[in-house]
Amino acid sequence: MTYIAKPKFHHPGLKKNELGYTHRDYEGKISTLCAGCGHDSITASIIEACYELSIEPHRVAKISGIGCSSKTPDYFLGNSHGFNSVHGRMPSVLTGANLANRDLIYLGVSGDGDSASIGFGQFAHSIRRAVNMTYIVENNGVYGLTKGQFSATADRGSKSKKGVTNTDNAIDLVAIALQLGATFVARSFSGDKTQLVPLIAAAIRHKGASFIDVISPCIAFNNHAGSTKSFDYVREHNDAVNRLDVLVGRDPISVDYAPGTVQVVEQHDGSRLALRKLDADYDPHDRLGAMTFLQRHAAKGQIVTGLLYVDPEAEDLHTHLDTVETPLNTLDEQALCPGSAVLDKINASLR
Amino acid sequence: MKPTDISAPDYFHKVVDCQWACPAHTPVPEYIRLIAEGRYSDAYMINWKSNVFPGILGRTCDRPCEPACRRGRVEDNPVAICRLKRVAADFKDDIKHRLPKPGPKNGKRVALVGGGPASLAVARDLAPLGYHCTVFDGDPKAGGMMRSQIPKFRLPDSVIDEETDYILNLGVEFKGGQRVDSLKQLLAENYDAIFVGSGAPRGRELDIPGRTEATANIHIGIEWLANVSFGHVEKIGRRVIVLGGGNTAMDCCRTARRLGGESVKVVVRSGFEEMKASPWEKEDALHEDIPILNYMVPVAFKHVAGKLIGVIFQKVKAEYDAKGRRNLVPSGEPDETIPCDDVLVAVGQENAFPWIEADCGIEFDKWHMPKVDPKTFVSTNPKVFFGGDAAFGPKNIIWAVAHGHDAALSIHKMLSGEDINERPLPEVHVSSQKMGIHEWSYDNDISTDKRFKVPHRDKVIALKDIRAEVELGYDLKLALGEAERCLNCDVQTVFAAPLCIECDACVDICPMDCISFTENGEEDDLRQRLKAPSPHHDQALYVSGDLKTGRVMVKDEDVCLHCGLCAERCPTGAWDMQKYLIDMVQAGSTCQSKARSAA
Repeated sequence: MTYIAKPKFHHPGLKKNELGYTHRDYEGKISTLCAGCGHDSITASIIEACYELSIEPHRVAKISGIGCSSKTPDYFLGNSHGFNSVHGRMPSVLTGANLANRDLIYLGVSGDGDSASIGFGQFAHSIRRAVNMTYIVENNGVYGLTKGQFSATADRGSKSKKGVTNTDNAIDLVAIALQLGATFVARSFSGDKTQLVPLIAAAIRHKGASFIDVISPCIAFNNHAGSTKSFDYVREHNDAVNRLDVLVGRDPISVDYAPGTVQVVEQHDGSRLALRKLDADYDPHDRLGAMTFLQRHAAKGQIVTGLLYVDPEAEDLHTHLDTVETPLNTLDEQALCPGSAVLDKINASLR
Repeated sequence: MKPTDISAPDYFHKVVDCQWACPAHTPVPEYIRLIAEGRYSDAYMINWKSNVFPGILGRTCDRPCEPACRRGRVEDNPVAICRLKRVAADFKDDIKHRLPKPGPKNGKRVALVGGGPASLAVARDLAPLGYHCTVFDGDPKAGGMMRSQIPKFRLPDSVIDEETDYILNLGVEFKGGQRVDSLKQLLAENYDAIFVGSGAPRGRELDIPGRTEATANIHIGIEWLANVSFGHVEKIGRRVIVLGGGNTAMDCCRTARRLGGESVKVVVRSGFEEMKASPWEKEDALHEDIPILNYMVPVAFKHVAGKLIGVIFQKVKAEYDAKGRRNLVPSGEPDETIPCDDVLVAVGQENAFPWIEADCGIEFDKWHMPKVDPKTFVSTNPKVFFGGDAAFGPKNIIWAVAHGHDAALSIHKMLSGEDINERPLPEVHVSSQKMGIHEWSYDNDISTDKRFKVPHRDKVIALKDIRAEVELGYDLKLALGEAERCLNCDVQTVFAAPLCIECDACVDICPMDCISFTENGEEDDLRQRLKAPSPHHDQALYVSGDLKTGRVMVKDEDVCLHCGLCAERCPTGAWDMQKYLIDMVQAGSTCQSKARSAA
């Protein structure tokens, strides 16, 4: 870690967003992670995405569990709400917060240990319930805080830093998320911000359960030959199916793409996603196709990245439960406790 | 772009903006760090080696370093480099034992015309090598214009005495009160070399109606200042007009305020911003209740019976032609007469060489300036060298010192039988500052303090005593605070492409968005694609060789804080913070005769 605070000075020519903030205004404290950690690049990408979307920091709740990844919310959005919960319990805390106040933007930040091991059930249920959130897994395939044991996402056959081969099968969180009905599913790489930043921005604008699996090399324990989550391996085996631009407002889509190569997806909130196809056959609206595509490429040792699935007509938990538009935490006593007459009426209807 | 060649001595030198801008290339960050450590004598000696007059320059330098200072591009104001130099001079211990000793005489004799900064710098460099240096000056004491033209309330005699004595005590012979009236005669005395550092001693005249009639109350600025300096003039009229907008005008008006001028006005042809005077000197004048009136051209002196009663000014305005050149044209407003008792004319200085005879082998150009080689400072007579204001017209002390170093090197090379045109390269030292995992040998925690003001003497007291120094200098607490503002630009960010794994850690941590990883391209194209705008094209781009992904690292040096966070966050040590010290070649440097390349 670094002993000094990041200097307050910033580049005098930094651009400001609609709120008059520079990207530096979306920073948090200085990172205490190891030098070069992929998680810090994801942090920088979240900062960039929030800056580009002109998000008011106080409208964001960032919630995490335990682990290297779960430390990172301290390093971005220093003026947002935060909750560093128990190991693997980020999804339930986030679900509760979301039910109480549906107006905030929910960022769930977790890791492969937090989401694929101790919190595997929590992860599954929050996706299954379609909680309106952006669920980011910072996936490095090892338990960094306990010095580099394989995690549940480590590929079978990959080698640890000490040369031990992993004999367990890996959990592919993207495949699980697709299977559980997530309505926005993406995979990206911490070393490719041009891909990652728009994915995070699009996920934030998506109304429903958005899940992004970000492969994030652990410099200290998982960046060696034999690892399948190292910078070199991911760069060599990265198969990006598309590139994404997020368009907010009424800006016309620029037409500098070859015809037929751009697919525009309009989301509920009016934001549009311009997808530049890199793989002509890939259709991000086909859940089943996506799952097959993923499995086929995984078998070949390829890491599929990009926006893998999006349902523009997605619904979220509040829609399913038919809750009121007003956040529950701002309802007054009269609305929350309508009195015994109303209770009697409800009871009567159940008889 | 090609990968940057950081072994070229100039590359990192330019990154140290202050040092690059200093004509004498004083290692500014190095001495500022020593001040922060409380090592004032060491800081003084670094200055003394480069600029010869730290105490004098710490009060009077034109400070080309400060507009160049990187801090001025990061926040409002640059580091007060000049006044920190004075701190080194004010708080040092006795340093006499650290000065060079007069060397055993080598039998060669050098005559130096004029006892100002240029000549003294030459003598400082040559005397320790055994040259017998003889300095001639019309004034009784050494110092030249530093003593005669700079008012004592800015530069006390004691400071001049101390620093000129350091040089004269190297065994330099000083012939005070002996103005050289004939170069021919001097040449006949068979000196091995002659250095002319006689300055630009003549104040420019203002030939407008009434000049001769009212002459008793019209004074040429630099002559009048010299007369004040030597005690020949002790008072001036109640209402004074100073004509001119340079630093001499500022000295004149402030001096007049102390000699009885109750209403002193500076009147300038140009606008306030374009005035030649340094901003801080204008500020000091305004602070002493001296109004500065702009866009007024003097057209006549008004007088009655040989007595000056005022000056008539035409009002003008600035107009710019298609090429952006400024012309002052009459504004059409009626002329204005400003009543006064005395006028000080400070509209420029000129060179004057009536003492150089036509048959001395010295050629002059059409502006009546000697033809001098800008690198070696030799004239058309191979034995005669020029420097300071005498070489290229009025500049300032720090330029005179820089000329002196170069001329001294030429003289030493010539008298050692070497080619004076072959200029040796400076010696460069680059060394890592890493002390521990995240520890550096310099303080990399960036201070956000604003520039500290130098305390001034109370105005009422200051205006009563012409010898009372106005600026009191930083005390140690202020000096430390100001020293901490230095960004340590000499501690360079050095990048080793083969070690980089392109993890982006440096990009993410850099507070100034200096670093980008991108596809290579031509410079103009690259500058468009950096992470932050790159408005200063004179600031270099540091470009690496190709990385594994085929991209390159590009660092815009412009506003780098040298905080070292890129190196702290780099997992592979591809970034390192390395201190760059450049040793400018002076006469007698060990590497003088071998033209060697930098590290």
